[in-house]
Order: sequence, then C-alpha cells, then structure tokens
Amino acid sequence: MSEAAHHPSLQHHFVDLEQQREAASLGMWVFIAQEVLFFGGLFASYAVYRHQYPAAFSAGSHHLSWRIGFANTLVLIGSSLTMAMAVHSAAVGKSRRAVGFLLATILLGSVFLGVKYFEYGEKIRPCFGDGPYSGCLVPGERFDASAVHLSGDEGRHSQIFFSLYFGMTGLHALHMIVGIPIILTVATLAWRGAYGPRYHTPVEMVGLYWHFVDIIWIFLFPLLYLIGAH
Amino acid sequence: MSPTFPFVPERASSVAGEVDALFLFILVVTGIFAAGVWIALLYFAIRYRRRSPDDRPPEIHGSLVLELTWTIVPLVLMSVMFVWGAKVFFHLNRPPDDAMTVSVVGKRWMWKLQQPTGQREINELHVPRGRAVKLIITSEDTIHSFFVPAFRIKKDAVPGRYNMAWFRATKTGSYHLFCSEYCGTEHSRMTGRIVVMEPDDYETWLAGGPAPESPVAAGEKLFTELNCITCHRPDSAGRGPVLQGIFGRPVKLASGETVVADEAYVRESITSPAAKVVAGYQPVMPTYQGQVSEEQLIALVAFIQSLPLPSPAAPAAGGGRSR
Amino acid sequence: MSSEEAALPKEHYLSGGWDLKSWLLTTDHKRIGILYLVSITLMFALGSFYAALVRWNLLVPDGSHMSADTYNKAFTGHGVIMVFFFLIPSIPATLGNFLIPLMIGAKDLAFPRINLLSWYVYVIGGGITLYALLTGGLETGWTFYTPYSTVFAQSNVELAAVGIFVAGFSSILTGLNFIVTIHKMRAPGMTWFRMPLFVWAHYATAIIQVLGTPVIAITILLVALERIVHFGFFDPNRGGDPILFQHLFWFYSHPAVYIMILPSMGVISEIITCFSRKRIFGYSFIAMSSLAIAAIGFLVWAHHMFVTGMAVYSAMVFSALTYLVAVPSAIKTFNWTATLYRGSVQWDTPMIYVFCFIGLFLIGGLTGLFLGNLGTDVHLTDTYFVVAHFHYIMVGGAIMGYLGGLHFWWPKITGRKYVEAWGKVSSLLVFVGFNLTFFPQFVLGYLGMPRRYHVYPDEFQVLNVLSTAGATILGFGYLFPFSYLFHSIFRGQPAGNDPWHAKGLEWTTTSPPPTANFETVPVVTEEPYDYGEPPKGDGHV
Repeated sequence: MSEAAHHPSLQHHFVDLEQQREAASLGMWVFIAQEVLFFGGLFASYAVYRHQYPAAFSAGSHHLSWRIGFANTLVLIGSSLTMAMAVHSAAVGKSRRAVGFLLATILLGSVFLGVKYFEYGEKIRPCFGDGPYSGCLVPGERFDASAVHLSGDEGRHSQIFFSLYFGMTGLHALHMIVGIPIILTVATLAWRGAYGPRYHTPVEMVGLYWHFVDIIWIFLFPLLYLIGAH
Repeated sequence: MSPTFPFVPERASSVAGEVDALFLFILVVTGIFAAGVWIALLYFAIRYRRRSPDDRPPEIHGSLVLELTWTIVPLVLMSVMFVWGAKVFFHLNRPPDDAMTVSVVGKRWMWKLQQPTGQREINELHVPRGRAVKLIITSEDTIHSFFVPAFRIKKDAVPGRYNMAWFRATKTGSYHLFCSEYCGTEHSRMTGRIVVMEPDDYETWLAGGPAPESPVAAGEKLFTELNCITCHRPDSAGRGPVLQGIFGRPVKLASGETVVADEAYVRESITSPAAKVVAGYQPVMPTYQGQVSEEQLIALVAFIQSLPLPSPAAPAAGGGRSR
Repeated sequence: MSSEEAALPKEHYLSGGWDLKSWLLTTDHKRIGILYLVSITLMFALGSFYAALVRWNLLVPDGSHMSADTYNKAFTGHGVIMVFFFLIPSIPATLGNFLIPLMIGAKDLAFPRINLLSWYVYVIGGGITLYALLTGGLETGWTFYTPYSTVFAQSNVELAAVGIFVAGFSSILTGLNFIVTIHKMRAPGMTWFRMPLFVWAHYATAIIQVLGTPVIAITILLVALERIVHFGFFDPNRGGDPILFQHLFWFYSHPAVYIMILPSMGVISEIITCFSRKRIFGYSFIAMSSLAIAAIGFLVWAHHMFVTGMAVYSAMVFSALTYLVAVPSAIKTFNWTATLYRGSVQWDTPMIYVFCFIGLFLIGGLTGLFLGNLGTDVHLTDTYFVVAHFHYIMVGGAIMGYLGGLHFWWPKITGRKYVEAWGKVSSLLVFVGFNLTFFPQFVLGYLGMPRRYHVYPDEFQVLNVLSTAGATILGFGYLFPFSYLFHSIFRGQPAGNDPWHAKGLEWTTTSPPPTANFETVPVVTEEPYDYGEPPKGDGHV
C-alpha cells in the first residue's frame, strides 16, 4: 500500500494501479450493461412489431441488401480483430504496433461508416426536393411504400420496419462515430509512450467498448437483413 | 354519494358489492397491520425512551423465527387478496351471454354511444335496470377511459382497438360517467351520466325518438356500398370467406393459429386484412383503414354479428375454395 | 448529544477555496454533493410552486381560478420536475455522494471526474427542460402517454423530452460510480456485511439506475422523434401501438419509484440505530431486502396498465408479482420497529422524521396492495386514490427520510448544528400538513374523482378544500428547514466530530471532513452499528 512505485497514471484516490484498473474495468462493464438496455428498448419494439407485421417486415428485410450488410459485418469483425491485436500489443509493451492496430481499427470502422453512408443515401436522397419522392424510405409524410412493393396498411406497417432500421442502425452508427475519436485519442497517447505492460487500461477499456459495438451489429444484421428476407 | 356511507359511492351494479367487499377485506387486514406497527412504534418509543446518557441497550442481532413469521404471514394474507382479486377481475372481464351490446366511441372531448337498436346518445347512456350491458369501447383519437364509479367499472378507450367492459345495473338513477385518462384541454369536461331506468320506462324511452336505423341495418347497407358483398358471398363462390355465422366461432388462419371471431377480429379484418388471413384464402383483401369511420366499423361488426349460419345446403365458413 | 468545546477544524473540504473555479471544477465528492444539494433544492422550489398552482385551482369545482390549459401545464410541470429533477437524484446525489466514500473508508468515489460530469449533465438536462416548461409549457402529464403526446399535444414536448433524456444520463453515471465504488473501494476489513445499510440501499438503487434509465431514455427519444419526423411508432393510424409506449415507459418508471424510496430506507437504518443506541435488528434481512426490491421491482411494471385491455392472464402475473415485491418492504418495516425494542430512544429531529417515515410509508405501501389487486384496481386506477398512494410514499416516505438524513448529517456536512427546537416544530408542521393534504385524497379516489381534473363535481369540494389547506401548512413546514438550516451555516454552533455519538466511519473524521477524508486509511474490525458501550464524552468511536 506504500507509494514506493508511484506510477504517473495512478490517480490519487486509488490505493494502487491494480485497484484503478479493476475499477475502470468494472465501470466499463457496467456502462456496457446500461448500453444493452438502451438498445434493448429498440430490440423489444422490434420483436413486438415483427410479430404483429410479419409480411411488412419480410418485405423490408428483402429490400435491404444482405450482401452489403454481410460485407459490413466482415469489416466490423475485422476491426474487432485489429482492436484485440492492439490491446495485446499494448499489454506486451509494443506501443508502436499497438498504434498501428488502433489506426487499422479506425480505418475499418470508417469503411463501415462509409458503406452505411452509401446505404442510407439511396434511401434518403429521394426524400428531398419537390415530389414525387419515389424511392424515399424515410418514415414520415414522404415515405414511398411502393419501393418495397407494398401499399395500404402493409405499406404503413413497413414504415415501422424502416423506423426500426434507421433507429437501430443509426444508434449503432452513432456509437461508432463517438468511438472513433476516442480510439484516436488513445492511439495518440500510445504513440507518446503513455502505455506499457504495467498500465494500458485505456486501451483495454476502449477495446471492450469496441467489441460491444461489434456485438450489437452482429445482432442487428440478421434481425434486419436476414430474417424473412426470402 | 351514498347518504349513509359518505366514503363510498353508490352501489348501482351487480359487481359493486363484490368490489366493495374485497376493498373492505384489504382495508381491515392492512388496517390491523398498520395499527399494530404504529402502536408498537409509539409504545417502544415511550417505554424505551432514553433515561440516562449512560443507557446500555442489549446487543440484539435479530431473530430468524420472527423474520420467517413476518415474511410468511404477510405472504399468505397477500395470496388470499390476490386470489380474491383475480376472481373479481375475471368476473369484470367476462360478460354474460345475454348482454345487450352498446358501442362507445371516445373522442376529444365527448362520448358517443349507440344503443343496439341504433339510437345514438352523446355523453349519456340509457339502460334498463337488471339487464346486462356489454360495452365495446374504442377511441377516435387519443386514449380515453370510460369510468363509472357507481358501477365500479373502468376501461381504457384505445384508438385502433376494441376494449370490452360490462355491467348489470341494479338501481335506477343517474350516475356519473367520467373520462379517466388524460386526453387534453377539456379532459375534465368529458363527463356524462348513465341513466338507469325500469325496463318498461326504458322501452318507452327507446320508442320515444324517431325510429333510428339500427346498426345492423346500417351495416348491411355499408356491406353493399363498400362492395364487401362482391367477395364475401354467402354461397362460398366469392374470393373471400363466407361470413354467415362466423361470429363467436373459431376461425382457422393461414398461419395455423385458430382465433375466435369476436368484435376485435372483425374490426381488424376490415382495417388490417393481411394480419389474419383465413386458411385456404389468398391475402388479396384491400384495407379499409381511413375509409370507414369508427361508427361505420361498429355498424359493419353488428351486421356481421347478425348473420346466421348458412342453411345446410351451403358449405360452412372458413373452408372455401381458394382461387 | 452535546459536544463540549467543539470548534471547527482549521482545514477541511470547504476551507480550501470558495471561488467559482473551486466549485465548478471540483472533483471532490463532498463539494459535488453540495452542488447537487443547491440544484435540487431549486428544483424542489419550482416543483412546489407548480403544486401550489394545482391545489389553488382545486379549491373550487368550476376551475375558475385558471384556464384548463394552465392547469394541465401545472400538474405536468409538477410531476416532471418532482420526479426527474428532485426525487430521482435527491438522496443519492446529495447524501449518497457526500457519504458513501466516507462510510466505506475511501478517499473519493471511483470516478471523481465522471461524478462532476453527472452534475453538469443534470444541469444541462434541467436547463433544457426548464426552458421547455417556462416558454410554452408542457401539458402531457409526466407520463407522456401516446398518441396524445406524439400527435395531439400542442406544447414543448420535443424539448422537454430531450431535457429528460439528457438528465437521465446523470442518473446513470451516478449509479455507475456507486456500483464501482462499493465493489472496489471499501477499506480493508470492510466486508460486504460490515457495510452500513445506507450503502447497501444505494447499491441496490444504483443497479436500478443503471439498468432502468436507458429504457426511458430510448423511449422518450422515440417520442421526440415521432413528433419531429412524424413516423408513427406509437400512432395507430400509422401502424403503431400506443400500448407499446406504456410498456416501455413503465418498464423504467416502475423501478424508478424504487430509486426514489430505497435511499431513504437506507437513511432510516442509519438514524434509527443511532437514536435508539442499538444494533439494527435483522441486518442481513434488511440488506438483502434492498436487493430483492431492486430485482422484483423490474417485473411488475404492467400493474399500471390493468385497464388498458391487456389479457386477463397477463394481468394476473403482474398482480402476483406486485404482491411479492411488497414483502421485502414489509420485512424492513418490521425490522426497524424491532430495533427500538429495549433500545434507548432519543426524540431528536432526525428520529422524529424516522417515525414519520415509518408511519406514513406504511400507509403508502399498504395502499399499494389495493392498487396491485386486480379487483379493486379497476375502480381505483386513474383516480385520486393513486395520487394519495404515491404521495404517501414519495412525500410521507422519501422526503421525510431525506429531511431526516439532512438533519442527521448536517453537522458533518457543514460543521455546525442547527437549532433543535426549530427542527421539532417544522417536523410537526410537515407531518400535520402532509396528512391533511393527502389523506382526503384516498377518500376522493374511492368516491370516484379522477386524476388530472381541472373541474370536478361539486360534491368533491369539501375534501379538496381540506387538501389545499393541508398543502398550505405543508408548504410552510418546508420553508422552515430551508431557513434555519441555511442560517446555521453562518451562525450555528460548531458540532465537533460526532455530535450524535454515532457509529460509522464518517463520524470518525472532523466536521466538516478534510478534503482527502481520512489521514490514514481506516481498518475495519467491527460490525456496523456497534452500539454496545455507553457513549464517551468526545464522541470518538
């Protein structure tokens, strides 16, 4: 309990680095638990509405491109791999390598977001300007149900599908957009030699967060793109 | 308010007494426990008040026996309350078969009611004493709630669905009707009264106004005007299921499920026909959502409810040929 | 409980600077507790103002004192502020923040900067919501039921929803901080079953804060989105389901009521032991019952929805679970009462508030049995019976506990004692005023007066007038502590380390405590509430 080896990153209210690391880890897990519940409200709504409107949800899933979704899934899993490598590198003291892997994670994450931008674009662009908004898939006044080959009440129900599509993938994308600058910050600090085998907690924590973001997508992809898409 | 018992509203329905008895039971049990704890608190606080700064109270950690006792006894008492309450709730949710159906549509900020014979009333409902009345309740806009304290009944009026409540009035008189789900500016003015009359007086009242169009007749007209008759023919030669006699009977769906054709099912089949497609038929019926008002839906439901089973020559509903 | 010749310590957490920076950039959990104390007191004042408007309107049956629209904004403002900005943060963010590190022998919470962030998030969320309430107002009720709130309401729904969304993260961050602190920062020797029950209570509360709040966050966000983008998530005309909103809303809002009461229960355990100078009766039962309440509390939400048309069998499940969740609260009540047995009871202000709490929480909790019961709930739901029920728990319970805790730890927080006579007078006023306000509402509810009514039938007037009279007395009752506590900061007698001769690590420090809490890390060898010996003169353990 003495201050013999006072690490510069040890915060004053902690007894030692080990306590600080454990606290950070538990804190991140609690935060992730909270995030699961945050997405949970949307997942619950998805379950309820899919049960009520199977046809509309099938049509919606069918309209989404599973190829693009699958490619994005691979990209994101890849980014989790590079993230895991980054954490490992930091743990064994190879800071430069860790920085490389963190930047690779950012790169893959950006690719994912770029693809999402393209996917969203083709659904959102038709909604602008003056009518007839054909192909607009943003729920609301201008939604064009004929784009998913539905009309009438099933058309209305497919709006619910797309509300959930944009809501769930949008919330997920938001989590990535917030995560990337954080990874960049950690990478910068790693470049400056702040981390080593004794202390690399921020790298571990950002890794936990990123894996969580990946896992959410692994649930989103089959639910939105695959189930009932024929 | 009851003149003899100012804490309880009048009991004017067959179920009010049940609810009050249950309330009294819970009141007595909780009252005994509350009194017990208060008395113990006050007694201990006074009997064991601090007499000297050097008081040395004994070290008592607890008592497993006491913990088990005051866990199990409340659990048992609460189980009784729960079971009794469930029984009453079942009763409140199962109308007798001979009930007459009144439709209720809540709309900001009024209640629109319709007698089975077709009379419409606004914010008032006349009913005969002693007859079971089944209310089919819905809303045109926000959620409202149909509350009659004297009958001890309440049910939310939810847009897009039917809810059911029922009562059998036991005393003549006029009783408060309140909206009890906040619905905007004039929520507290969305009130009315239920007027319970002797059966003869009720008949007189019914006959008093101009001969109304019964919901069944109105529904029949709509059935033709909206071209329902084109697909739903009584001879199963149509593209849609035969509707004769389906009301109250099980229907097998394309999904494999079986549902009972009640008011909610009929309404949904008109507004969202793809939700429950009957086995053996194609999902080709267009939706009428937005083209029929709630009153018109009520009329169509009443009409379909009135259709008798087809004569033996024609096949029964639900097994028509698919096209 | 006199402290002889006590003087304020030379250095303590308040002596190190009073400028804006030292407050707005502090990471000291004690100062952050004070920041919260000031904020929630302001919110309480505003929420009380709305309450005064409501009770003023209800003096007459014809609603002539104000327009229906004004009234609807008044009860909504009252609910939104009191629930989200007063009751939810109250004890955890003030007393919890201040005391938890002290009680477990730690120097601070696990994440001091996140603690400060939580306060800023609260202030920003509060600011947005206040702006919404004061410019245009909100008249959906604090429950935001759809489709009224998403399609029909003509008020600042989106803005208020965003404000509440933001403030929710304050609650989540506080809960997260407490969970990690309690798990990882306890002093050597402080095992879980040597923790004060106040800490157990906050642990259970923190679990609810972390797991429940995100659900209301996403739900209220969907409401705002539906209003802005017009997609019909909850609008039946567009395929949405208004009842889904209620399920999502109550999934948080029911556990939320346990966020509001559990910390108060923790306070009761601390005070009742000190002022009967005895161990708590049934320590592990009280500790475990807090966890049980947190867990079962997540399973009962649909008891708010028995008349929505839900299936009878589903309703039965929720009713049964509702009865189950009542049991741990009953266990606590019996254990507290048994603690007094053969104790040495002192009637100081904190203890008076404890009696108020137990007596009134009892009524509030027991009336919950009427509402959890399927047969009686049909008649009672959406009436004033419900209003009386939850005010007995929130005000008769939670706020009494808060006031008791505030008076108990006031000397520790400020280093000064308040005038005891004023404390006794105020508690009497509060008790009388409270009962006069809310007991008539049970009767009104059974008679059939619905909630949220601007006008009402004449026969309900007498009870409403009684209720408003009570509210006036209650209002004065609350003004007094505000005055004499504030006054004591400047003129109060120095309290010394342990003016109440209480056990607990917080009483081993100076009053006010030093910034770093403990000079040397304490080592715990005794059980909590080790009231076995007579008190020593200077209050040292």
